[in-house]
Amino acid sequence: MQASIFAGKTAMYRYDEIDQRLVDERVVQFRDQTRRFLAGKLSEDDFRPLRLRNGLYIQRYAPMLRVAIPYGLLATRQLRTLAHIARKWDRGYGHFSTRQNIQFNWPKLEDVPDILAELAKVQMHAIQTSGNSVRNITTDHFAGIARDEIVDSFVWCELLRQWSTFHPEFSYLPRKFKIAVNGAEADRAATFLHDVGLHAVRDPRGTGSDGASPGGEIGFRVIVGGGMGRTPIIGHVINEFLPWPHLLTYLEAIFRVYNRYGRRDNIHKARIKILVKARTPEKFREEVEAEWAHLKDGPSTLTAEEVRRVEGRFTRPAYGKLAGDDAGHAARLAAEPAFAAWARRNVHPHKVPGYAAVTLSLKKTGVPPGDATADQMDAVADLADRYSLGELRVSHEQNLILADVRQSELHALWQAAKALGFATPNIGLLTNIICCPGGDFCSLANAKSIPVAQAIQERFDDLDYVYDIGELDLNISGCMNSCGHHHVGHIGILGVDKNGEEWYQISIGGNQGRTTPSPLLGKEGVPQSGGGGAALGKVIGPSFAREQIPDVIEQLIRVYLGRRESEEERFIDVVWRLGIDPFKEHVYGSHHQRQASRNRSLAAA
Amino acid sequence: MAVIIKDRQVVTDPWQRLELAPDGSLPAIPPAGDILAPLALWQVERNALLARPGRIGVWLDSHEDPAAIAEDLRHFGIVAVNFPKFGDGRGYSTAQLLRSRYGWKGELRAIGDIFRDQLFFLSSCGFDAYALREGEDPQEALAAFGDFSEAYQASVERPVPLFRRRDRGVADGGRGS
Repeated sequence: MQASIFAGKTAMYRYDEIDQRLVDERVVQFRDQTRRFLAGKLSEDDFRPLRLRNGLYIQRYAPMLRVAIPYGLLATRQLRTLAHIARKWDRGYGHFSTRQNIQFNWPKLEDVPDILAELAKVQMHAIQTSGNSVRNITTDHFAGIARDEIVDSFVWCELLRQWSTFHPEFSYLPRKFKIAVNGAEADRAATFLHDVGLHAVRDPRGTGSDGASPGGEIGFRVIVGGGMGRTPIIGHVINEFLPWPHLLTYLEAIFRVYNRYGRRDNIHKARIKILVKARTPEKFREEVEAEWAHLKDGPSTLTAEEVRRVEGRFTRPAYGKLAGDDAGHAARLAAEPAFAAWARRNVHPHKVPGYAAVTLSLKKTGVPPGDATADQMDAVADLADRYSLGELRVSHEQNLILADVRQSELHALWQAAKALGFATPNIGLLTNIICCPGGDFCSLANAKSIPVAQAIQERFDDLDYVYDIGELDLNISGCMNSCGHHHVGHIGILGVDKNGEEWYQISIGGNQGRTTPSPLLGKEGVPQSGGGGAALGKVIGPSFAREQIPDVIEQLIRVYLGRRESEEERFIDVVWRLGIDPFKEHVYGSHHQRQASRNRSLAAA
Repeated sequence: MAVIIKDRQVVTDPWQRLELAPDGSLPAIPPAGDILAPLALWQVERNALLARPGRIGVWLDSHEDPAAIAEDLRHFGIVAVNFPKFGDGRGYSTAQLLRSRYGWKGELRAIGDIFRDQLFFLSSCGFDAYALREGEDPQEALAAFGDFSEAYQASVERPVPLFRRRDRGVADGGRGS
C-alpha cells in the first residue's frame, strides 16, 4: 500500500454520483415529510424526530436549522451558498457552532426543504445534525497540514461520514452520538471528550504489513464514553491499537452493544458514557469484543482500495514549490510589531515549506462569538480564493482557518483581514471565548451566554494585558448541555437557573487535551493551548450574578499573575500546581462577595 | 381481517396477535387459528402451543433478546418484533441478529408504533412484513421503500457494503469538482 493513503494532502471531498443522489433523495424525502406535517397528516410528535435528523429544531423564537460542515471543511462556493441562505431565508447571518456546524436562527419551517435543496447543489446537507443518530464527525482543524500528522484525518472522517449516513441499524440510538477523529500526534480533536474518539497511531510493534509507513502499520486508539453535558466524563481507551481495516466492524460492534443496552428510559442517562460507566469500561470492552468476534473480517472490513478511492475524491491543493521560509515575511515580522503580534497568535506552522495556516478570528469584541454576517462570509470566501486555494476550515473554537497561505502573502492577508475585522490577534488567549448561542436564541438554555462573553471581552480590552496573561481557554455554556464546552475551559462558565433567575457557576482547571505535540511545546511560533491531557474543571463555589462575572474573572487572573513562577507557566498550569483553593479563597474571601453570597442564600431560602 | 404490508404488497393478515394483560398475566390460548404469541407465553406454554392445530409465531418486545428463541426458530411460522415507540431503535438490531446470526428465513414482521417513515430502514435490517399502527394507509406507505435508491452500509438487504459493489464507471461520473 502506498504511503500517500495515510498522509495525503487533501482539500475538498467531491461527491460521486451516488453521494449526490442520496443527498438529493433526502431533500425529496424531507419535502414530503414537511408537506405531510403542514397538511396535518403527521403529528408534531411523529414529525419531531424526522425534522431533528434534518437539523431542524423549533427554537425559542423560530426554527433553528443546523447545517453540517463535515469535519469542518468548506469550499468557498459552499461558504457563498451559506451567505446566500443567510440573506434569502434568514436575517443575514449565521452562527458557527462548536461542532463544526453552522446554525441559522430564523428560517421558516416551510422554507427548509428549499434551503436543503440549495445546500445539495453545493454538496452540503443537514443530515443527522441533530436527533439520536451519529452526528457530524469532527476533527483537527489542522488536518492535512500539521507537521505532526500521522494520517490525513479528513479521509477517515469521510469514510465514517459515509458509513454513518443513514445507517439502517443505528439511526434510532438511545441518544445522540458524537465521533471525533484525530490524525496527528497531538490531540486537537478532543478525542477523550466524545462518545467515540479515534486517534490514529502507528503500531508500536514496528514495521507493519503495509510496509510503507515507517514505524509500523496505521491503526486507531479507540476511546469510548467521554463527553461533556451534565455528566462530564473523560473517555476510556478500550482498544490501544485497532488496525485500520477493522475500523467499521469494530464501530458496528460498539454501536450494536450501545443500541441494544443503552438506557432509553431517561434522556439524561442515555448517552453511551452512562452505559460504559454502569458496565465498567472493562466489561463494556468485553461485550464489544464478543460482538466484534462475529463481525470481524466480514464484508464491512475496509480495503486499501476503498481508502484510496475516497482519498482520490479529494481535490489536491496545488502548492507551489517554495524554497522554505520566506525572507520577506521574516523582515516584515521584524519591522512591524502589530503584524508580528498577529502572526504570533493567529499564524500556524504548515508542513509544506513556505506555507502557513491562518486563523481568522470570529471573536471580535462586541460580536457574539462564532457569528458571521452574510457579507462577512462572502468576504472570507474572497480571502480564501485569493490567499488559500479556495478552501477553508471551521474550528471547534468557532473561528475560520485559511489553511494554505503562502508566507509571502501573510502581510497582505493580515491587512485585508484587519479591514474586515477578522484579525483580532487573540487565538489561544482569554478573549478567544468559546460560547454557545445561549438564552438569547436557544430554548434549552438556562441563561444568556453571549452578553457574558461580551462583558468579559470588554473588561479585557487591553491587548497587552491579555498577552501578558498568556494562553487561556475561557468557555461559556448557557446550560448543562455544555455546547460551549465549559467543562474543558481553563476557566469555564455555566449558566444555571435558580428560581427563574440567571446565575453563573465558575469552574477552573479544565482542559480539552494535549493540543500541541510535545516536541513543539513552548517553541516560538507555536500557538494554541499546549500541554496537559484532557481534564474536567472543578467548580470554585456558589454561583454569581451576571454583572459580577467580569470581576470574578479578573480576580482569578490576579491570583494567577501573582502566583505564576514564570511567564511560561500558564493559568492552567498554576491551577493544576496549586489546586483551586487559592483561587477560591481570593474570589470568595472579599467582603463584597461574602455579602453577595449571603444575599443569595437569603433569596434562595 | 386486518391488513398488513408483506413483501411490499398490501395483504390481509391471517395471524392473530396475543398480548400479555396489563398486569403481565398470560393470555388464553385460542383453540384454533394461527397465533402470534408473546415470548413469555411461548416460554411457559411451549408444549400446549405446539400441540394445537394452528401455526405458531412469536413476537419479541424491544428489550427481549433474540437469542431466547434462536434454538426454537424451526417451530415458528413467523417472528415479529415490537416497537413500543417509534424512536426505540432496538428492534433494528434484533432483526439484524435474527437474520444474520440466527439464520431466520421466514416472515419477520415489525409491529407496534410503525408508520411510513421507518419502512426503508426496517426493510434494510431484514423485515419483510409491517403491521402499521392504527390510522395509517398501507397503500400510501408503499412509496417509502423507494425513499433511497442506495445505501452505503452492509445490511441484511445489502449484505455487501457499497464500497465493495461500486461500479467505478458509474461512480466516477460525479457532478462535483
